[in-house]
Amino acid sequence: MKQLKIFFSLVRDALDSATKGNTAYHIWMGLLTVLMLTGAYCYSKQLNEGLSVTGMNDRVSWGLYISNFTFLVGVAAAAVMLVLPTYVLKDIDFSKAVLIGEGLAVSALVMCLAFVTVDLGGPARAWHLIPGIGLFNWPDSMLAWDVIVLNGYLFINITIPLYILMKKYQGKLPHKRVYFPGVMISVFWAIGIHMVTAFLYAGLPAKPFWNNALLGPRFLASAFSAGPALIILALEIIKKYSDYTIEIKTIRKISLVVTVAAQINLIMLASELFKEFYAPTHHSSSAIYLFFGLDGKNALMPWIYTSIAMNVTATVILTIHALRKDLRWLNVACVLLFVGIWIEKGMGLIIPGFIPGPWGDIVEYMPTWIEVGVTLGVWAMGFFLFTILVKAAIPIETGRLKYEKLGSQ
Amino acid sequence: MSQKENKTTNQTSCGSGNCTCDKQDGFDQSMNKKTGRRQMLQKLTGGLLAGAGLVNSACSVTATDNKKENAQLKWEEFFKGNYRLMTADEKKETVNRLQRLYELNHGKRIDISTKSPVKDVLYGYAFNISKCRGYMDCVNACVKENNQDRDSQMQYIRIHEMKNGHFNFEESDDDFYHEVPAAGHFYLGTQCYHCENPPCVDVCPVGATWKEKDGIVVIDYDWCIGCRYCMAACPYDGRRFNWSTPEVPEEEVNKKQHYLGNRLRKKGVTEKCTFCIQRSREGKNPACVEACPTGARIFGNLLDPDSEIRWVLDNKKVFRLKEDLGTEPKFWYFMD
Repeated sequence: MKQLKIFFSLVRDALDSATKGNTAYHIWMGLLTVLMLTGAYCYSKQLNEGLSVTGMNDRVSWGLYISNFTFLVGVAAAAVMLVLPTYVLKDIDFSKAVLIGEGLAVSALVMCLAFVTVDLGGPARAWHLIPGIGLFNWPDSMLAWDVIVLNGYLFINITIPLYILMKKYQGKLPHKRVYFPGVMISVFWAIGIHMVTAFLYAGLPAKPFWNNALLGPRFLASAFSAGPALIILALEIIKKYSDYTIEIKTIRKISLVVTVAAQINLIMLASELFKEFYAPTHHSSSAIYLFFGLDGKNALMPWIYTSIAMNVTATVILTIHALRKDLRWLNVACVLLFVGIWIEKGMGLIIPGFIPGPWGDIVEYMPTWIEVGVTLGVWAMGFFLFTILVKAAIPIETGRLKYEKLGSQ
Repeated sequence: MSQKENKTTNQTSCGSGNCTCDKQDGFDQSMNKKTGRRQMLQKLTGGLLAGAGLVNSACSVTATDNKKENAQLKWEEFFKGNYRLMTADEKKETVNRLQRLYELNHGKRIDISTKSPVKDVLYGYAFNISKCRGYMDCVNACVKENNQDRDSQMQYIRIHEMKNGHFNFEESDDDFYHEVPAAGHFYLGTQCYHCENPPCVDVCPVGATWKEKDGIVVIDYDWCIGCRYCMAACPYDGRRFNWSTPEVPEEEVNKKQHYLGNRLRKKGVTEKCTFCIQRSREGKNPACVEACPTGARIFGNLLDPDSEIRWVLDNKKVFRLKEDLGTEPKFWYFMD
């Protein structure tokens, strides 16, 4: 009962903190709100008319939504790269970044679930997925696995930071024996969510482009570069606009994680390219379409070359110590990596998996404005949530916001 | 708590009705439990949403009786279970609701069958490449028989026009518009192959699609959530999606329907060839077989040694497509 009272007080204080800010903050949140409303309008149109308002069709039956879902699972999983050293290796450097990381994981997961929901033809019937009242095709369906691991990961990433914040809010120290088991589970779970999501595609012999043992490991490598890259950018923005001190050491260490992951990702890309193009078979036709076009159709070519150029440039910048240590260059590399891997997961992986179709026909895909609107809306919702979480967590973490203060005010 | 409630419901239903079950097996138990929980959800959400005015027309005094009934039936339809887990009574109830709904909205009766698989029947299909001339009569008959969306011109069957000397789908054309047969070409049709190991069934997260005992892979259109994972998993392009609300002109609706077959679909669900389940289970040939003017299509019971399909398998050199995937299609090709 007392805990509940503290919790409600925390929520009240947190909301209070999240709604206060300077003009720039309000403009930022206002902009996100406009995008969310636009997205909601686009989604209502899609609900009314059906998925025919998107660029998808019977040949390319997954598009921008599932692409973003795939990418964001990686961003969510990447939070583990910060959790692991902080709690397990007791690396004090990372502890300030970890709350941000977990906030990012929660936001990314909410976006993932939103992207899957907007992709459903019958979102009203989504309750069929709930075990007990629905019919959950587990363990056969990898999508059923994904529902479990994503929701489980969301639960873990809400409860651990909440416990820590609740303790700090009361001015107490969190007990290690309470949060440590949860942290250990979340470390393995994070790898699980991305592997399961990769298996969702890799388990389809019908799509040779995806049916590939390297898909899971490559998902991990690309996620562990794009995710922490976003965290670096977020940390720098937070550092600039708040009193939350983040040591340069922390950013240096995270950038090392990004560097190694980006290098491994490129090695895997080279391995895939070799396999597809040294001795091309029927199964290489998706890759041929992606990189060179087929039958004069080559809509994805600009995307994949942009993506590879961004990835390579970013990896080169990161690999050169002098450039990586210069924050400006580091930021450029992080932006390039984030965008490059976003393209790679969508236009470079999900879409070409469907082209050519099972009988060799080439139908190209281009998202419609409605699809783009919904996508931007979901992204805005994610950033909105992330901003609120960070804005609420920072004063508690720094000790400015405490439970006792409520009484004295 | 809910288990207790279920027990009591089971007892009363077994005691009052002319129930034939003397002992419940695990399947019945889990099924009854599911229904019980769902009904609870229905009542709960019903109570919640009534306040929000979403069942406005169902409770309103001004709405006409028809409108009220319509809303009530739709409400009950929304909370029904997966067809595979329905009892005979529940199947009858949903069919009555669906027929009544159609009557309310269109003023006409439709006949929805729930006929189960016939014992000792396993359907198979053979396609004679030498005979097909690309007339597309099968495609048209299929669209009419199965009430497919006319707006998007949805078709289950694709006829591929191939150049002589090649057996290459990538060089074939399945969207030709000229006089057939074209010189120097041959024709080959593809559709759902009703695989023995259907990858589409494994991937469905809600069990909305499954293989029946007679080998037909079916979809419960009211249970499908429209995630389209099955479409990605099918190596044969066998599945179609309703990207919009399907439109069939009232006078063209085939009113002889099956729950798992050609009944009218809604927007946002997948559908596919069912070997015309509404015909085949009545002992008739699928519409495509009946419509083919050249006799290129052969359908029958694989378990009947005297069937035509068995004669083809025993006497012709048959083959299947993409056999390396291990899906074991029940659809064979052969040549004279």
